[in-house]
Amino acid sequence: MKLRLSKTSAVSLGAIGLGLFAGALLMAVTGSNPLAGFWHLFRGGLMNIERFGNSLASSTTLIFTGLSVAFAFKTGLFNIGASGQMLMGGLLASAVGLYVPLARPLLLLAMFLAASVGGGAWGALPGWLKVKFNVHEVVSTIMMNWIAFWTVSYVVPRYLRDVFLETQSRRIPAAASLRTEWLTELFRGSYINLGLVLAIAAVAVVAFLLERTVLGYELKAVGHNKHAAQAAGIDINRRMVASMAIAGALAGLGGFVFYAGYSVNIQIGVLPAQGFDGIAVALLAASSPWGVWAAATFFGILHTGKGFMTAMTGIPPTIADAIIATIIYFAATGVLIENVWDRYSKRHEQRAARRRRVDLEQGVK
Amino acid sequence: MGVVVEMDNIRKEFPGVVACDNISLELRQGEIHAILGENGAGKSTLMSVLFGLYQPDSGSIRVRGREVHIANPNAANRLGIGMVHQHFKLVSCFTVTENIILGLEPTRGMFIDTKLAAEQIKQLSDRYGLKVDPHALIADISVGMQQRVEILKMLYRNADILIFDEPTAVLTPQEVHELTKIMANLTAEGKSIFLITHKLREIKAIAQRCTVIRRGQWVGTVAVADASEETLAAMMVGRAVSFGVKKAQTKPGEKVLEIENLHVRGRGGVARVKGISFSVKRGEILGLAGVDGNGQKELVETLVGLRRADEGRILINNKEAGGLSVRERIAAGLAFIPDDRHKYGLILDFSLEENMILKSYHKQRFATQGLLNFTAIRAYAQKVISDFDVRSGRGAGALARTLSGGNQQKAILGREIDADPDLLIAVQPTRGLDVGAIEYVHRRLVEQRDSGKAVLLVSLELDEIFALSDRIAVISNGELVGIVNTDETDENEIGLMMTGLRREAVR
Repeated sequence: MKLRLSKTSAVSLGAIGLGLFAGALLMAVTGSNPLAGFWHLFRGGLMNIERFGNSLASSTTLIFTGLSVAFAFKTGLFNIGASGQMLMGGLLASAVGLYVPLARPLLLLAMFLAASVGGGAWGALPGWLKVKFNVHEVVSTIMMNWIAFWTVSYVVPRYLRDVFLETQSRRIPAAASLRTEWLTELFRGSYINLGLVLAIAAVAVVAFLLERTVLGYELKAVGHNKHAAQAAGIDINRRMVASMAIAGALAGLGGFVFYAGYSVNIQIGVLPAQGFDGIAVALLAASSPWGVWAAATFFGILHTGKGFMTAMTGIPPTIADAIIATIIYFAATGVLIENVWDRYSKRHEQRAARRRRVDLEQGVK
Repeated sequence: MGVVVEMDNIRKEFPGVVACDNISLELRQGEIHAILGENGAGKSTLMSVLFGLYQPDSGSIRVRGREVHIANPNAANRLGIGMVHQHFKLVSCFTVTENIILGLEPTRGMFIDTKLAAEQIKQLSDRYGLKVDPHALIADISVGMQQRVEILKMLYRNADILIFDEPTAVLTPQEVHELTKIMANLTAEGKSIFLITHKLREIKAIAQRCTVIRRGQWVGTVAVADASEETLAAMMVGRAVSFGVKKAQTKPGEKVLEIENLHVRGRGGVARVKGISFSVKRGEILGLAGVDGNGQKELVETLVGLRRADEGRILINNKEAGGLSVRERIAAGLAFIPDDRHKYGLILDFSLEENMILKSYHKQRFATQGLLNFTAIRAYAQKVISDFDVRSGRGAGALARTLSGGNQQKAILGREIDADPDLLIAVQPTRGLDVGAIEYVHRRLVEQRDSGKAVLLVSLELDEIFALSDRIAVISNGELVGIVNTDETDENEIGLMMTGLRREAVR
């Protein structure tokens, strides 16, 4: 039985391998033992049920932002604005959580919708600007990030402020939090929350949307070749806006699970890094929804483990960030790995062909 | 006659294909040696090996008797080998002289001595009858002139072994004629020429010998004088080929497409279509002839709905269609076979079956409540694939990218014809196809005409226009020069009309 890998997963695994190798080099150069470093890095993310729960909690937000970026990618758009969309989603969800008195399921549903609307609008606007005024979405989404940043800085101190600290919102009530007693207890007090269930559901929904539905077909058509899509009668402008709106809504939900699940309030003055890490997740996943889940989990483990690694070995936590950065680099330059892969499989095929020929000749004899 | 180039048992493999399978040939001093083969036969690869763009896997090359290793195009230049590529490599905002000296500028102190260079270029140009103005801007001169600049570029570098890659693809018949004369001048002065082509008539007209390559293999080298076009074609394809298309007389019916005084602006707001009017009727093929870049692209884009007209009317089946969207026009009975099938015709990273429903995925039979019905899609794709003889190694699930050009085109043809349109707009429908596929596409287009559809054929190949059209419309510089019945004209007249001369002036 031979293990057969698809080319895309080979690229992703190759990128991870090379990234870890680069991390090992860095550790060795700075005078630490790479083996010990990795041992503690992964132990830190996995060694007990609580830490594993925290890894999953870290991955929850990344699944949403990764899906957001990957979804836009599928339509040929580059969403750098997941951070801002997260903020807007989180802000609206927090506002609903703090001000709307509803029973818990209804409240969570209302927050869910508010987050989708906030993030969706923050994604749709750059889409519309692109279609209407030919503003590149990379530029406009980055600008939208800062608009969101300052909007939060204005709204939180004024309307949602904490009793003691002006720089953060009030703690949301337990009814508005995605944290649930049974899940917290199951994972021995970790940050894990219902957001993970939402995230996995979102992975399934996005995969279904892209693979099975008319809308997914149209969006992918626009993403692969907008000229042919247009010549076939697809309204590519409306599809691009739709794609950005959905991508934004996904990132907005990332804000919901982060600010009302992983965290209990929203701070001002922070542009959440998870938005940018979503790009890394999407790249490593080659934009596949199920791949996003896997990549986000992997990065979640690294995030949770790096503190432990530092505590145990004195290796700076930035090494873990460097590993992530290197992985992104290799995933993005996947062509390199693909070439090696092609050469290897070609040689493999030739060898197989030669063997067949020999078999054939011997058979003749 | 001495031998200047010997290529001995050249082999070049690419992943999955043997592009050149131990091919040997020689170029004699002062001859024009044609390399004939279908698209993908390996002729360009073979010449790229000689020009140093590819390294052969095995085999040897001798130039003027000495075994050489040609590592890159610079090495080829040093050996006196030059190449005119199919797509010119010129800087359009530079003058002719600046383009030619690019890379080996003669200097005087710190400055480039353009004056000296221009003089040298003028001399070269006169010597070979090229009539090139060294001070003209590339952007201002015709495609035919640009090609001569490419030739001068080789001559300026003292090349005496010249490779021409499909040089006539972009030229009018008159320019082709001029090029033939230029090539004769070159050989008379002792240059030796490799001519890559798949056009038999050109070979008969200018080449002395011809090497035929089929699927990477050497088929034969023949003296052109001893071989008929039919023999050459049979060698190229591997079976007898029928020239021309059988066409029954039909009676054109009512007008399906009618355009009136159409004005269209292209990129940058430049007027590209200037007041064109014509109509296409049921049961006829109207051929639109013209040199590339004379407004055909903008006209077609306006007809299919990718571009808006500034002025004028478009009627499909007597209904105003100028304001309709692409999808509404498709619904009104318009089908479109684009010239750039990779850009406008297919989504290469979609499977064949996904491509087959590109224009009909939203219809009830393929989609219910927003979900795609993959069983129906597969069944439909398989039907079209077998009806139109699309050969795909992995069936309907194969990526469109993996199909050969001919099969990609058949897939598009299948999708468009199966939609049962009233009007079929086919732009360069056989571009880049081999002889077998060309025959097939032509037959299908005539079939459409015979079954009472209207066909608008836009092509740069006059042979194709003449083989298929019932009437020929000629476009030049965005204006309609005239419309003539195919059996009342000839290539010479159409060629002159393509330069913008009215028919009365031509006669």
